[in-house]
Amino acid sequence: MHWLARQALRLAVVLFCVTLLTFLIVNILPGDVATAILGGLATPEDLAGLRADLGLDRPMLVRYFDWLGSALSGDLGRSHRSGEPVLQAIADRLPVSLQLMIMAQIIAIGIAVPAALLSVRRPGGLFDRLSASAAFGFLATPNFMLGILLIYLFSITLDLLPATGFSPLSEGLWDNLQSMILPALSLGLIEWTVLMRVLRSDLLTTLKEDFILLARAKGLPPWRVLLQHALRPSSFTLITVIGLNIGGLIGGAVIVEQIFALPGVGRLLLGGIFNRDLILVQGTVSFIAVGFVVVNFLVDMLYAVLDPRVRHVRFRS
Amino acid sequence: MSASAAEPATVARRGRPISWTLALPLAWVALVVFLAITADWIGLPDPAAQELILRRKPPSAEFLLGTDNLGRDMLSRIIYGGRTSLIVGICAPFFGFLIGGAIGMSAGYFRGKVDLLAVGFIDILLAFPTLVLALTFVAYLGQSLFNVTLALGILSIPAAARVSRANTLAWANRDFVLAARTIGASNWRILTREILPNLLPPMFAFWLVAVSVIIVAEGALSFLGLGIPAPQPSWGGMIADGREALDVAPHTALIPAAVMFLTVLSLNFLGDVVRNMVDPRRSSL
Repeated sequence: MHWLARQALRLAVVLFCVTLLTFLIVNILPGDVATAILGGLATPEDLAGLRADLGLDRPMLVRYFDWLGSALSGDLGRSHRSGEPVLQAIADRLPVSLQLMIMAQIIAIGIAVPAALLSVRRPGGLFDRLSASAAFGFLATPNFMLGILLIYLFSITLDLLPATGFSPLSEGLWDNLQSMILPALSLGLIEWTVLMRVLRSDLLTTLKEDFILLARAKGLPPWRVLLQHALRPSSFTLITVIGLNIGGLIGGAVIVEQIFALPGVGRLLLGGIFNRDLILVQGTVSFIAVGFVVVNFLVDMLYAVLDPRVRHVRFRS
Repeated sequence: MSASAAEPATVARRGRPISWTLALPLAWVALVVFLAITADWIGLPDPAAQELILRRKPPSAEFLLGTDNLGRDMLSRIIYGGRTSLIVGICAPFFGFLIGGAIGMSAGYFRGKVDLLAVGFIDILLAFPTLVLALTFVAYLGQSLFNVTLALGILSIPAAARVSRANTLAWANRDFVLAARTIGASNWRILTREILPNLLPPMFAFWLVAVSVIIVAEGALSFLGLGIPAPQPSWGGMIADGREALDVAPHTALIPAAVMFLTVLSLNFLGDVVRNMVDPRRSSL
């Protein structure tokens, strides 16, 4: 089978299993929705009536396929707290989460690539050791801790940036960026460490290749050898790791949105969990998982486009 | 002559003093573990006892690390919180490694359909952003020390399965496995007596890393209010409490943050050292 078809089939199977697993977790585990909605004082008759209204008295698998059918046509149900359609709720909050993650990613790559390039100029040198130590330190810093430290430093001690609150882009780019920079730093300052390590190690391997020797022999200045000859062939693993790390970034975004009170998808999910809003949680978790799987699929494809060898080595085996 | 030439090298290797990069992390982890075990016997104040008049006191002779928003002794809460972190951090990966290890070993040893099933299962668990899955599990299982441990344990299954599968694949083709099979050893015997002992060193190195990852994850859950339930102290929960008073009493957030940072940093250092001992190829990277 063509590798693209195989990958697409794999994607479909994983997506099916992922939504099914979400459904099972949300539905099998204890915690009754009807009781959650009506409160502890409701009579058994009321509870039974509401369960029938919500369709909770039907077999689980029937409910799953019902849900999947509507989900495929773009209907994730309605939150039984606010009555808001779940998909609409997600769509309203998605731009904030995306902006947060993209800014975090830009910060991470913006630090990681120069740091890796400077490190390999003299492996084991002062800069290399300094950046390795910094990476080790940031790697041991959980993002919720970093968020709090940044608030303490920039909002309370220096009084430069707001600690919480979000200004949408419609209220001006500057205000928006001011409210997003600390949250993005809380994620990006941790993410860069992994990227830097991966890129540094791949650069070191590439620099031993013959074509680098040739470039050097031609008398090219070191920075041109690094930027024009070594960087591109060294960035494949980097791209994969960026894709894989999006999962961590999503989890981090949930926490960071909560710390900085950003109205993103993560906060929507947490609100749903705290309110026992089953339909909202199911829709949001499925949406996040599907998004994550699809992004990873696209990264795999990108990897194959950038490096044709991959198609023959990785996917055929 | 040759003996005396070889001697200095051995002496230098054996006599090398333990470097501070190893000694300090080891000492810190030992301290945290020691205090977590002996917390009940060293005369600490009750970590849940509130004294509202004495709330948000900075560190002093009476309260070595100060008091929190409700006037509870921070030192005592940090030590008991360390106990929570360690219980979850040690048990959850252990549980995950038991199940994930079994899955990975069967996949790597039997190959074929078993492998396909196992890899599919791992793929599906990996398709969820870890924290989101942990949140969902804990939210529906209910918050308790056991459920948090269970949820985080389930999340460490895929990683453990991958490590054990890769290592089993490498060992299963070796001659001593072939020899065992030739003398008629059963699959069970080959797996437990021939392959498992070889898996333990890399799994142990990985387990050390997993402990620090799980401690952070437990901290994140508790920070979000979905981890260990309230009166029981936990580092993540303390940081979340301290966040509310960051402007008037920063020590309530910064001290637990520092303790958690040092613990995770130390575990990462130790994990690196052990990994380099187990797998010399990695140390050159």
